[in-house]
Amino acid sequence: MPRDTFRDALSVALTVGAYGVAFGAAGIAAGFSVLQTCLFSLLTFTGASQFAAVGVMAAGGGALSAVAAATMLSTRNALYGLQMAPLVRAKGLRRVVAAHLTIDESTGVALAQTPRGTTSMRYGFWLTGSGVFLFWNIFTLLGALGAKALGNPASWGLDAAVPAAFLGLLWPRLTTTFLRVVAATSMAFAMLLTPWLPAGVPIIASVLVAVVFGWRER
Amino acid sequence: MSTATSWVVLGATSVLCFSVKLLGYFIPEGWLAHPRLQRVNALVPISLLSALVVAEGLVIKTRLVVDHRLAGLVVALGLLFAKAPFPVVVVSAALTSALVFHLH
Repeated sequence: MPRDTFRDALSVALTVGAYGVAFGAAGIAAGFSVLQTCLFSLLTFTGASQFAAVGVMAAGGGALSAVAAATMLSTRNALYGLQMAPLVRAKGLRRVVAAHLTIDESTGVALAQTPRGTTSMRYGFWLTGSGVFLFWNIFTLLGALGAKALGNPASWGLDAAVPAAFLGLLWPRLTTTFLRVVAATSMAFAMLLTPWLPAGVPIIASVLVAVVFGWRER
Repeated sequence: MSTATSWVVLGATSVLCFSVKLLGYFIPEGWLAHPRLQRVNALVPISLLSALVVAEGLVIKTRLVVDHRLAGLVVALGLLFAKAPFPVVVVSAALTSALVFHLH
């Protein structure tokens, strides 16, 4: 196995996996049980969507808004799968596992290995996907147990940890002025809609901003 | 949130998010190749995450409020500008918010 690929995969898996603590705490703060919070990380296994689902519930939104926000946030995984399918070329159960491990990080590391060749890309995908899966789930459990032991979310600042986590997920994506304008517009739009719509719906409605800005070629 | 609701959210989110992932492995490559779809799809996470920052940090139910969470967010923003790692950002935001919550 190429050593550089192994190093890339492991460092990404460890760093990203550690964010699981924040999700574990967020799940508990939103009112999910430790078991449910852990099941999110095992079964949903796509960080931003998990945060969205529990975040909308924590904000007093309805189940439909929570599920819709999480699902829309995960649509990029289908595009990743499209890129990874010819690389992984898995059949049957292997393909199902590959699909589950198809997230930002596994796709990112795989694509970053392009100059090292197809074998390295495939290793990068599997190593990063399974590594993140392992650490993400371990750290989710630790975060959930920790938050459970702490008690009132507000008194430990857990209610501020969730929006800070969203900001932390958003930040690295804002690479151009155009993307920063999209983010600022979405925030303003959500604020504008908040008093007029049921809780959680402004989050879903913000997708309109993405549609408007993405409609025309720049 | 009732126990039943929490299980429905967990179940539906998991099934749908997995189906979306699986979709990428089964549909012909051309289907999602439309440039407009790709452009919008690239922006969707940015819009949703931005709205989630607002909904989680500045909103209670359907009201915009300024409370201890905003103090945490401001610290998070400053640390992100300073290129601090993600866990540092989240923990510092939490500690700041907790401090303001207790001082109040």
